[in-house]
Amino acid sequence: MTDHHHADHEHEHPTWTQYKWVAIVLTAITAVEVWIYYTPFKDSPLFVPVLLIMSAVKFAIVVLFYMHLKYDHKLFKALFTGPLIIAMCTIMALLFLFKKLSI
Amino acid sequence: MATASADHAHEHVHYTTTGLDHRKIAIWAFIGSECMLFASLISTYLIYKGRSIVGPFPHEAWTSPSGQKFNAILNIPVTSMSTFVLLMSSLAMVLALAAVENRGKPGYVGTALGNSKLWLAATALLGATFLGFQAFEFTSFVHEGLTIKTNLFGSSFFTLTGFHGAHVTVGVLWLLTLLAIDFKRGLTPKDALIVDICALYWHFVDVVWIAIFTLVYLIK
Repeated sequence: MTDHHHADHEHEHPTWTQYKWVAIVLTAITAVEVWIYYTPFKDSPLFVPVLLIMSAVKFAIVVLFYMHLKYDHKLFKALFTGPLIIAMCTIMALLFLFKKLSI
Repeated sequence: MATASADHAHEHVHYTTTGLDHRKIAIWAFIGSECMLFASLISTYLIYKGRSIVGPFPHEAWTSPSGQKFNAILNIPVTSMSTFVLLMSSLAMVLALAAVENRGKPGYVGTALGNSKLWLAATALLGATFLGFQAFEFTSFVHEGLTIKTNLFGSSFFTLTGFHGAHVTVGVLWLLTLLAIDFKRGLTPKDALIVDICALYWHFVDVVWIAIFTLVYLIK
């Protein structure tokens, strides 16, 4: 197994310091998300886009560093991003179909 | 003897056309399919959002025709805590994987960082805590008059978060299985792949919650 198995596992991984900073950043973004929920900013038209961006950043950080996709084989990247794009397109298409979004 | 030896060697050799272990390809393909499952559940929730005829509602108070008053049902402080707990469980999970991968290496021997049992147990405990928060939330919703058949919000909310909770439950059981193996014979760097596969599933459950927390709880 060794060659193949090690090919999977001897790729670069984030260090403990990086893991710690990722956790701090994720916690900080979550704190900001909850904080703005209780401020007058929640009535702003920018509230939803800002929340979506922060959520997307958290999503990307976990996938890239904790799931170490940033350091992994391109096949794994394709296996995840392909269905993810289909999933996003499905959500958008259904929201348009049911008139939850409009152009 | 020679045959037994050859069989033993065969157990540990997995030649693949891609050069990648099939189990890891399988878990990524599974995670990809799970993306589409949760996309359908999230879409359903968003489509039905705001279309409930009767309350309770997620973000607004409601008075029924009979005069009964219902508060906005979502409890953001409690859910924020459970979100934090799940994020910390992901940190514990990466530390568990690092402990297994680096077993015996300088900086890991005899330190907390090298204690895979500690981090696997911490991850399982944090996951179970998240489930406890969810059980508390579901119970309080039912007491406040929201069940899966009360209105469209209840149906789509309980289906979406219930599916996620079921995934967390599977993850906790998986982690406890790895913990039992670690206690029984000790996980070594050769076992890193089986821990990595569990870790990928666990982080995926975490990223799904990141999306649910924003779309369901924070966006009105």
